[in-house]
Amino acid sequence: MPQLTIENLKEFKEKISSPLTINQAEFRCMVCAGTGCVSCNSLKVRERLEEELKARGLSERVKVVITGCNGFCAEGPIMVIQPDGTFYRKLTPEDIPLLIEEHLLKGRPVEKLLYTEPTTKKKISAMKEIPFFQHQVLWALRNRGVIDPENIDESIARDGYAGLSKVLSSMTPEEVIQEVKLSGLRGRGGAGFPTGLKWEEGRRYSSFPKYVICNGDEGDPGAFMDRSILEADPHAVLEGMIICGYAIDSHQGYIYVRAEYPLAIHRLRIAIDQARGYGLLGRNILGSGFDFDIDIYPGAGAFVCGESTALMYSLEGRRGMPRIKPPRSTEAGLWGQPTVLNNVETFANVPSIIRNGGAWFASMGTGGSKGTKVFALTGTVYNVGLIEVPMGTTLRKIVFDIGGGIPRKGEFKAIQIGGPSGACLPASLLDTEVDFDSLDEAGAMMGSGGLVVMDDSTCMVDTARFFTDFSVDESCGKCIPCRVGMKVMLNILSRIATGRGTMEDITLLEELGHHIKESSHCGLGKTAPNPVLSTIRYFRQEYEAHIQEKRCPARVCVDLIRFRVDPDRCKMCGLCKKACPVEAITWEKKTPALIDPEKCIRCRSCIQACKFGAID
Amino acid sequence: MTEKEEQLSHILERHRGERNGLIPILLEIQREFGYLPKEAMPRVAESLGIKPVEVWGVATFFNQFRLTPLGRNHIKVCMGTACHLAGGRLVLEALERELNIKVGETSPDGHFSLERVACIGCCMLAPVAVIKDKIYPKMSSFKVEEALIPYRQESKAED
Repeated sequence: MPQLTIENLKEFKEKISSPLTINQAEFRCMVCAGTGCVSCNSLKVRERLEEELKARGLSERVKVVITGCNGFCAEGPIMVIQPDGTFYRKLTPEDIPLLIEEHLLKGRPVEKLLYTEPTTKKKISAMKEIPFFQHQVLWALRNRGVIDPENIDESIARDGYAGLSKVLSSMTPEEVIQEVKLSGLRGRGGAGFPTGLKWEEGRRYSSFPKYVICNGDEGDPGAFMDRSILEADPHAVLEGMIICGYAIDSHQGYIYVRAEYPLAIHRLRIAIDQARGYGLLGRNILGSGFDFDIDIYPGAGAFVCGESTALMYSLEGRRGMPRIKPPRSTEAGLWGQPTVLNNVETFANVPSIIRNGGAWFASMGTGGSKGTKVFALTGTVYNVGLIEVPMGTTLRKIVFDIGGGIPRKGEFKAIQIGGPSGACLPASLLDTEVDFDSLDEAGAMMGSGGLVVMDDSTCMVDTARFFTDFSVDESCGKCIPCRVGMKVMLNILSRIATGRGTMEDITLLEELGHHIKESSHCGLGKTAPNPVLSTIRYFRQEYEAHIQEKRCPARVCVDLIRFRVDPDRCKMCGLCKKACPVEAITWEKKTPALIDPEKCIRCRSCIQACKFGAID
Repeated sequence: MTEKEEQLSHILERHRGERNGLIPILLEIQREFGYLPKEAMPRVAESLGIKPVEVWGVATFFNQFRLTPLGRNHIKVCMGTACHLAGGRLVLEALERELNIKVGETSPDGHFSLERVACIGCCMLAPVAVIKDKIYPKMSSFKVEEALIPYRQESKAED
């Protein structure tokens, strides 16, 4: 294994990226092994591909590469064939022989496995021409689907560790901090604290040892940005951390990852071992005399550990409960020592900033928010997946151009941004730009990057109740406004959702929400009422319908809806009766079925069983 | 000493005195036993030189830790935002009915246990349930009974 130094890194990069080594295979089949694709059996596809290639003696000509998340999860399992960049989707192992025969041997794309644009029905073969990818700008995710995350050489061939080499050979720590400040990079974990300022603080205190922590404790339901970065490009995160270590004069870093992310932990372990083997981590990095090492710490799952002081307590083996600041963790963090904690995506942005300069990064985005942001786009939208867009992109562009709009002729109702700390924004705010400050103004929050699109089948009271239930569960219990207040809010919401609410309840929710925001100590409590406050602000009429008319307009809240069989459409087959788990349906041959509303538990089993759409 | 006890001593020995090792130790014990046995707690405390209440405090704080054994067929229902919108709650309720246990419980015969989890990261398949390690995409209350058939047959064969 070569020991890399500042002098020979470039030479090594040229050697491994020369056509002789990297392109010795005619084709590279990039099979996505992100969590989404794996859950649709992408590993079986790979297995079959490897078997078939071997059986046909093609293993030399065609290389199979397992990549991190490609991003277009809705179309998984995904495989991209390089060098031509053909995008194949929804693959099954049975498709493989045809694909080899046609594409790899005869050079013809397999039409039926290509992506179809849902509105024009046009087949698109090149990945870069698919609208989902066209509007994205990849920096934090620049290596996704392009490299094998378990092979450090592929990362180095794409300028991995070039930023570190630049830092160690030609920049002082102050210059590094200056560059990061110039870039305008703000923390991607949610709060958006300027990264350069944090590093400057961390450097200022001269109590040693100091620590660098990478926060990979992604806890939002519906968010998987950090995991995807760790799975697709772990070296970018390691490089960002080492650069931070150099800037603040620290020699030890920790990556805190949720134990629920076994693949991310596995790939990080490999990445750390390989980086150590090359002399990019550990003692005397790149022969510069600078020492820095990184260890992984598996977290045990607690939403509140996204808060930095809570995370540090948890690293020390204690309950993850936030403490009063000051002192800030840059002064007294882990074990009371100066500590800089940044999010996974923040660190992943650092190498590009160093390589291309802070001014380059600052040229993207808006006045107060620079660069790009990664989002997990889910909900009722065609193109569910992981996206990266420049700050300042409008929500409309994300939902309709990248997301492809709302399926099943549904109508856009709201977009939820920022998870349990965020808000539901209505159609009238679709032209809001994603930017820390404009989202704040709209009563939302950037959060870590979950974006959930909702159509007219989503009830806003139910959504608010869902997030409030989550926050009640995850409140650490340290301060009363959050611990008790959120529980009271949940009770009121339940009252409204079951048709027992009063108009005063809306006012009470608003008052409570504001008090909790003002008097809570940490970020969880300060933002937990946001889902309720934003839905009242933008969808008050739905609350009113629940209270005054005892009606759930989206037909979600079980106590306010009744199902009935339309006797004209009923074909008297009796399938609904069989499906009903509580015997609420009476049916005899040659008579339409009847639902007893007293017994019915609104489980919708009969609706799914009915082949004629006769129940609603 | 039984094999399990030996394993426990082994885990504790490896981390003796590492105060910050508490969470990794508990994770390792759980990996070994499938849950955190009550008897293990004072021993963890003793080996780290801390009070048992601190161990309990951590064990009950984090979502990962379980204080009861899981069923042989452990079922997780995703309750992330996308799954919730797509009707994850209906799936969970259908499973509760079918298995005759509440979420968080294990059936008396030890065959099934049911848990709700926040986002497993395959939102395009929502709503999702995971039985053992197999992911069941686009679930509905209607499909629950069918999905359970192979596991029920297996359990029957074991009994």
